[in-house]
Amino acid sequence: MANNMWILLALVAGTLITRFLPFLVFPAGKETPRFIEYLGQKLPYASMGLLVVYCLKGVHVTTGSHGIPELIAVAVTAGLQVWRKNVLLSISVGTIIYMLLIQLVF
Amino acid sequence: MKGKRNIYAYAFEKSFPVMVGYLFLGAAYGILMETGGYGIGWALAMSVFVYAGSLQYASIPMLAASVHPLYAFLMAIMINARHLFYGISMLGKYHDTGRKKPYLIFSLTDETFSVVCDEKVPEYMNPGKLYFLISLFDQSYWVLGTLMGCVIGSFITFNSSGLDFALTALFVVIFTSQWMEQKNHAPAITGVAATFLCLQIFGEEFFIIPSMIVILVILIAGYFHTNKKDEDTVSGEEINYGE
Repeated sequence: MANNMWILLALVAGTLITRFLPFLVFPAGKETPRFIEYLGQKLPYASMGLLVVYCLKGVHVTTGSHGIPELIAVAVTAGLQVWRKNVLLSISVGTIIYMLLIQLVF
Repeated sequence: MKGKRNIYAYAFEKSFPVMVGYLFLGAAYGILMETGGYGIGWALAMSVFVYAGSLQYASIPMLAASVHPLYAFLMAIMINARHLFYGISMLGKYHDTGRKKPYLIFSLTDETFSVVCDEKVPEYMNPGKLYFLISLFDQSYWVLGTLMGCVIGSFITFNSSGLDFALTALFVVIFTSQWMEQKNHAPAITGVAATFLCLQIFGEEFFIIPSMIVILVILIAGYFHTNKKDEDTVSGEEINYGE
């Protein structure tokens, strides 16, 4: 029980470091180096690419359903977003299609 | 002209895509903690104070094995290292947020980041307050989901497998809309390609940090490349003016 508390505190500390470090290294009062500002402009796009791959890391093309449900659901989600530009519509239709595919088809 | 929107309603609308995913994944976490024998207190403490989905899932076996806290600390940094990117990205937007800043930084999860980094705040709204409300709503969903999982987990009967795809879909949607708004697709392509490549090379458990390093190296190389080009144009102009 005591060790659980220490584990909790360690998890809090580790997470706080990853979230606060950039703001501590580059405080608001001081001028941020230009190439960090440049990274700040470009990283959102790279990060979202990283997150998409991160979410799909468990998909294996050679085994199981070969990633077909994921491929279809991602394509529908992205396609709807391009077509209708409605975030909630894209997410809900994409998710429902994915659920139907893995529960009923694959 | 559309009238001014209520900031609470607007923030709720923006946080709504996160709600489904957080309630579901939070509930799944609550169920796992409950069945692991940790109960509502520990589960809630984790969701309130750690508030990092993938780490919280990974910590269940750590608690069960009663690992050394130092190991838990290092795992937390490893799993959450991607937050460093979000912090660097939000330095500008969170610059003038005053007393709300500590909470904004504390609550910068994957999902909250994806919503706030894409947000174009209406000019009559206080950006800091809007970011704060979105962040707070998001964490409320996560905590509420955890609570639901602990309390009603065993009664859930409908087949919910695949519901967690809602968060993948959220990232796909943000990625797509960023893609359509931007002319320069190099950063987005870098993000996908570097991460995919590192996943193949390093495997599911260790690919995040190598991916981050490769992304940083490529973006920094791009920075010096464009800078060099700028210098070239500047000196070229100087020659023209001189003549």
